[in-house]
Amino acid sequence: MSSRHPTVVPEPEPLGPSELLPGLAVDDPYRPPGQRFWRRLRRHRPAVVSAVVLVVLAAACFAAPVLAPYGPDQQNLALGAVGPSLHHWFGTDELGRDELTRLLYAGQISLEIGLAVALLSTLVGTIVGAAAGYVGRATDQALMRVTDLFLVLPGIAVLALALEKFGHDRLTIILVLAALFWMYVARVVRAQVLAVKEQEYIEAARASGASGPWIVWRHVLPNCVGPIVVNATLAVAAAIIAESALSFLGFGVQLPATSWGRMLADAEGYVGTSQAYLLYFPGLAILLTVLAVNFLGDGLRDAFDPRSR
Amino acid sequence: MTGPLLAVEHLSVEFPTDDGVLHAVDDLSFEVGEHEVLGVVGESGSGKTVTALAILGLLPPRAQIRGSVRFRGAELLERPERDLERLRGDDLAIVFQDALAAFNPVLTVGDQVDEAIAVHHPEIRGPSRRDRVLALLDLVGIPDPASRADQYPHQYSGGMRQRAMLAMALANDPALLIADEPTTALDVTLQAQVFDVLERIRERTGTAVLLITHDLGVIAGLADRVVVLYAGRRVETAPVDTLFAASRHPYTLGLLASLPRLDHRARGTPLFRIEGQPPSLVHRPTGCAFHPRCPFRAVPEPCATLVPPELEVGAAHSSACHRVDALADVTPASLRAAAG
Repeated sequence: MSSRHPTVVPEPEPLGPSELLPGLAVDDPYRPPGQRFWRRLRRHRPAVVSAVVLVVLAAACFAAPVLAPYGPDQQNLALGAVGPSLHHWFGTDELGRDELTRLLYAGQISLEIGLAVALLSTLVGTIVGAAAGYVGRATDQALMRVTDLFLVLPGIAVLALALEKFGHDRLTIILVLAALFWMYVARVVRAQVLAVKEQEYIEAARASGASGPWIVWRHVLPNCVGPIVVNATLAVAAAIIAESALSFLGFGVQLPATSWGRMLADAEGYVGTSQAYLLYFPGLAILLTVLAVNFLGDGLRDAFDPRSR
Repeated sequence: MTGPLLAVEHLSVEFPTDDGVLHAVDDLSFEVGEHEVLGVVGESGSGKTVTALAILGLLPPRAQIRGSVRFRGAELLERPERDLERLRGDDLAIVFQDALAAFNPVLTVGDQVDEAIAVHHPEIRGPSRRDRVLALLDLVGIPDPASRADQYPHQYSGGMRQRAMLAMALANDPALLIADEPTTALDVTLQAQVFDVLERIRERTGTAVLLITHDLGVIAGLADRVVVLYAGRRVETAPVDTLFAASRHPYTLGLLASLPRLDHRARGTPLFRIEGQPPSLVHRPTGCAFHPRCPFRAVPEPCATLVPPELEVGAAHSSACHRVDALADVTPASLRAAAG
């Protein structure tokens, strides 16, 4: 009997005008969902501006070998640290290296770490949080205790140990930072899943025979996109800043490579001197990136919600 | 195949609570035949929805379920979840009360109808599945299905949403459709639309319907047979015409008497009401659960002490009341007159 093919709708005769029930409440002309997403995103001005800023910034950084006016390690000891000029737009550091060039190369590392850590920690956190929230009971307990365990780890100490053991390359830094960041996403996603799974449409999905994993993928996670995106953008900012802190302590990227955080740390001694511009530019680069990512996240969250117009 | 499509026998559902055991459904039996519409009536808390969820195996694990639910002769209770998933939404479908809550707000209506098909029939894909979705929406009277399918639930009106829910439930040509208060959230005009659609669907597909409602007007229009529930127990069952013409249970009579009337003689007279409140399901009255509110009670013996057995009072008509003999001449009109 279950092999019966679903032939429900036997020749749907066209409905007569009397049968056509009045269509109501069309609050919007029809557009396919994908198009709606872009339209909503485009309407969010700060998000559009931020996206442009991020793309330009990333393009400039990764095109540094072409764009940069000098080599990344090209020194001019005779020149020393001088402020912005026509030849060196952002000035030079104490070794006479061009600050703009350094900033572009450093951006490659900072952006890469920020984005990779955000993606990785969001992915892991979402999986853990969704499993804990949806399955519940013992699974929830086990996963959340592991999460707590990671939360109480002293981050800097773990980082120092891990970097000491596995080396200071970018991949290790990314993995370790992601391992220290995923818990926040996991907690937020779990809370959201707990709320969403009590919704009646989840029961409706079960009533139409959908299995657990299907429901999580199709119904629960799409309703968690807002908090997930917001957390991911926060993670980008936090990772860039955490890398700065690491570099400041000497655990970050190793010379001669540099990152924005490392540049900040190196310039620390110039606070209040005439070379303070060495602090401003990497600081501004971090600020700009973090702000842009946050605004973009805000816009994405709104765009993912079909109820916002 | 003979035998009923769905047979519920001695079904009891209990929930442990802090105050004691809550008896949501108590020793309930009924059958739904192929192509039949069975109405289940009762007020809030009489166990209607719990019964529907028990049939589908959707009750939370803490619910204690006893008895038997057989679908096409096969027992459903104690069946592994995987088997039930295969049945739900395919042969056994349900329409919920609140269509706004039952649709996922972030997916288009078309996607959600499509999903109902995809879950059970992944072999139907691409354009043929899309055609099916559109045909279903058309069947339930959604105008311009091709563009409506790509809209979100919040862009539908309440009546359209409820009809779209029906489309979803009908996606795989169910043998039994459970409609749990399908029109409660709608105004009268929209109710009529939904019932028109339900009626038409039944004519075309021959789906059996278990219609759960607290609205006797709805029952009168659609059901073949009626089961009346009170405090989780079946108090009366009869073919729909018999129930309206010759009910033999004080509760049913009270419900019928309290229907508002539009004829001018009724103007100015207060509405009839059943005195008192529905009983607590944790501390249920002894004997007949309805006795504290019953105008015909004989207390203490037997109404307050003995659970009334179901007595055959006519063709396919039985009533669980100790005083059936005293009710032979009682009609809703005489009840109303007696109340003044």
